[in-house]
Amino acid sequence: MASNVHAPDGQHYYVPNGSPWPIIAAVALFALMVGAVLYLDDVTGPWSLLIGPVLLLIMFGGWFHTVIGENQQGVYNTQVDRSFRMGMMWFIFSEVMFFAAFFGALFYARVFAVPWLGGAGIRALTNLILWPHYEAAWPTNGPGHIGGERFQSMSAYGIAAINTLVLLTSGLTVTIAHHALRAGKRTRLKIFLALTFLLGFTFVALQAHEYYDAYTRLNLRLTTGIYGSTFFMLTGFHGLHVTIGAIMLVVVWLRVLRGHFTPRQHFAFEAVTWYWHFVDVVWLFLFVFVYWL
Amino acid sequence: MAEPHAETTAHAEHEHMPHGWRRWVFATNHKDIGTMYLVASCVMFFIGGAAAMVIRAQLFQPGGKLVDPGVFNSLITLHGLIMIFGAIMPAWVGLANWMIPLQIGAPDMALPRLNNLSFWILPFAFSLLIATLFVPGSAPAGGWTMYPPLVLQFGDSFPMLIFAIHLMGISSILGAINVIVTIMNLRAPGMTLLRMPLFVWTWLITAFLLIAVMPVLAGAVTMLLTDHFFGTSFFNAAGGGDPVMFQHIFWFFGHPEVYIMILPAFGVISEIIPTFSRKPLFGYEAMVYATASIAFLSFIVWAHHMFTVGLPVSAQLFFMFSTMLIAVPTGVKVFNWAATMWKGSLTFEPPMLFAVAFLFLFSIGGFSGLMLALVPADYQYHGTYFVVAHFHYVLVSGAAFAIMGAVYYWLPKWSGRMYDMTLAKWHFWLSAIFVNVLFFPQHFLGLAGMPRRIPDYAVQFTDWNMVSSIGGFAFGLSQLLLPYVVWKCVRSGKRVEANKTWDGAHGLEWELPSPAPFHSWTVPPSEALIARGAEH
Repeated sequence: MASNVHAPDGQHYYVPNGSPWPIIAAVALFALMVGAVLYLDDVTGPWSLLIGPVLLLIMFGGWFHTVIGENQQGVYNTQVDRSFRMGMMWFIFSEVMFFAAFFGALFYARVFAVPWLGGAGIRALTNLILWPHYEAAWPTNGPGHIGGERFQSMSAYGIAAINTLVLLTSGLTVTIAHHALRAGKRTRLKIFLALTFLLGFTFVALQAHEYYDAYTRLNLRLTTGIYGSTFFMLTGFHGLHVTIGAIMLVVVWLRVLRGHFTPRQHFAFEAVTWYWHFVDVVWLFLFVFVYWL
Repeated sequence: MAEPHAETTAHAEHEHMPHGWRRWVFATNHKDIGTMYLVASCVMFFIGGAAAMVIRAQLFQPGGKLVDPGVFNSLITLHGLIMIFGAIMPAWVGLANWMIPLQIGAPDMALPRLNNLSFWILPFAFSLLIATLFVPGSAPAGGWTMYPPLVLQFGDSFPMLIFAIHLMGISSILGAINVIVTIMNLRAPGMTLLRMPLFVWTWLITAFLLIAVMPVLAGAVTMLLTDHFFGTSFFNAAGGGDPVMFQHIFWFFGHPEVYIMILPAFGVISEIIPTFSRKPLFGYEAMVYATASIAFLSFIVWAHHMFTVGLPVSAQLFFMFSTMLIAVPTGVKVFNWAATMWKGSLTFEPPMLFAVAFLFLFSIGGFSGLMLALVPADYQYHGTYFVVAHFHYVLVSGAAFAIMGAVYYWLPKWSGRMYDMTLAKWHFWLSAIFVNVLFFPQHFLGLAGMPRRIPDYAVQFTDWNMVSSIGGFAFGLSQLLLPYVVWKCVRSGKRVEANKTWDGAHGLEWELPSPAPFHSWTVPPSEALIARGAEH
């Protein structure tokens, strides 16, 4: 695909031509949402959840195929490169704010909601009238023992600690891969990039095991009051992001195998790296505030 | 990097302007996308307006039986969501699309395909939202703020509401990313930050607010979704959660959202008033810093929406004082606009009329906001029509008037034609008079104790409700003039020859021909042009 206006930097600007992929993306997102509505409203079975993701996969494939093709043709100048970089940074910032909402819920519950239910501060009457006998503590599933009388909280020193090690190591391996790419050492690049996404999938597998353990042994579920809600929503969304990040790493790795990226130009590689470091940092916050403290 | 082939600007322009439906569905051109945003916004404005007409008809007199109370509540809910996310915000994004590249000397938005996606999500999102009216059970009727536990009680429409919000959020975030990247990366050489027109500045800050808070809204409604369907306890006290927590998260989004709707209005007013005062804007830099201050403050005032919910006194004090602080940078702005007009050579074309009306009417909304910021006073005002009057002064005679002013200001640049001045002035005067007939009495109603969000009321509120309803019908009808004036202009308006439609105008957009070419600045404008445009 050629482009409309392109010429050397500083003289002309680059403007891409029209593309069918954005509207397909809009349709795919709509299908995703409608599929979820149909399932949740009991109109259809869970199969309706699949249409959106399938369309999204096709769309990502097609859109990235176009962009990668244009990039390989060399139609993007450094200004376009900078636009992509800035776009990715602000996208990651929006993701940070999404997690901030859930961390906000966690902090609010721990600092305000739960102590107030226990009668802290001026809320003595809340406790006395509404929830007598409730003693505020963390972890808790609330005065109504939502999700069952007994449950155990997740320890920070089991899988969580191992997973911290796994993710931190993957941060290291991806940095080694980046240095190898910049030094033109392709074999080392391939090995360390593969190690990175393997560590990523290891993380996800261990987390799946942790969830299994929580549901079967600890009686800890999504429905286990505010503790279960915040635990599973925070770690769940993080796990989803690790999965997406690992898939992105695989795509970049396949591109490396095909000989894409030069020591000077490798925006996609860097974007995925930033994303990977972002899920890494979010995990550290999770480890401290969800598992440890 | 080697380029396969370089083309001349003119050549590229004629060759690559797509035709037919592809031009719109596959659009990557900022002007086409901007136009689609503006048209969509206009459509949503009338759909939301139709809901408002039903609301005012129901409230014309006590005992109204036009719609049943449940439908009434759905209509106020959808009216709010449609006007905020469907009318005001897309109108601003449309204006950003059209004007930012022209004003900073760029050929287009930085990420044109993403731009297409941002727009095309919206028709789907609003189909989903409006379809809630037609599914079994009630459409969401808990108010646009979606407070639990009430909102959790709606049936089939509930997930539609949540996912519609998700789609709107995605659209806004992608649009905002595009705006920031365009401004940070595509400014022509020499277009330094402090030479940027204020519309660009205010949009830059607005885009930052959008990226910071739309994901928080997404998080909040996701928690609603899991509380409803998957048994989480975020907003359930029995599980250790708190329904008030939703209000905190929601308003952490909601207050910056208010500024998302009004900051670009400040930008537009800062463009229009200097033009028709034939004077440079008074205190350009102060305007920039005031905008940034307002944006910063918007993150630390959210709980002023929740004074009666049972906050600790220390929190009430903090949020009261931080809220009142906003009056300082806002005051800087209002005084700067007044100072710009001081001893100016004023003329009152339609954009200027809207701008001057904005100055007075937005200030009224600002003052009633100050009253609401006082905790003891808010105990009386909270949840009354006084609040309704307050935010409609800010959003209708504030944001919407600024949008209309912007349309009348830039329409000749977009279309290459002049609109019917007389009709536009009729539109202005009818709007300006009836917006006050519509909303001013609602202050009295609220102070007298009439609650908001009710389908019926006590007889002592009858007179002012009748006045308000008459104002509402007249205001609604007079809005039909806007699309008519635009349509007539585009079809048969007198062609404008000059690049500069208004003799006092400054800025790069006025250096381009009218209508602006399909690809505006394929070559960056010269330093001299930029300097001439930036005489503020």
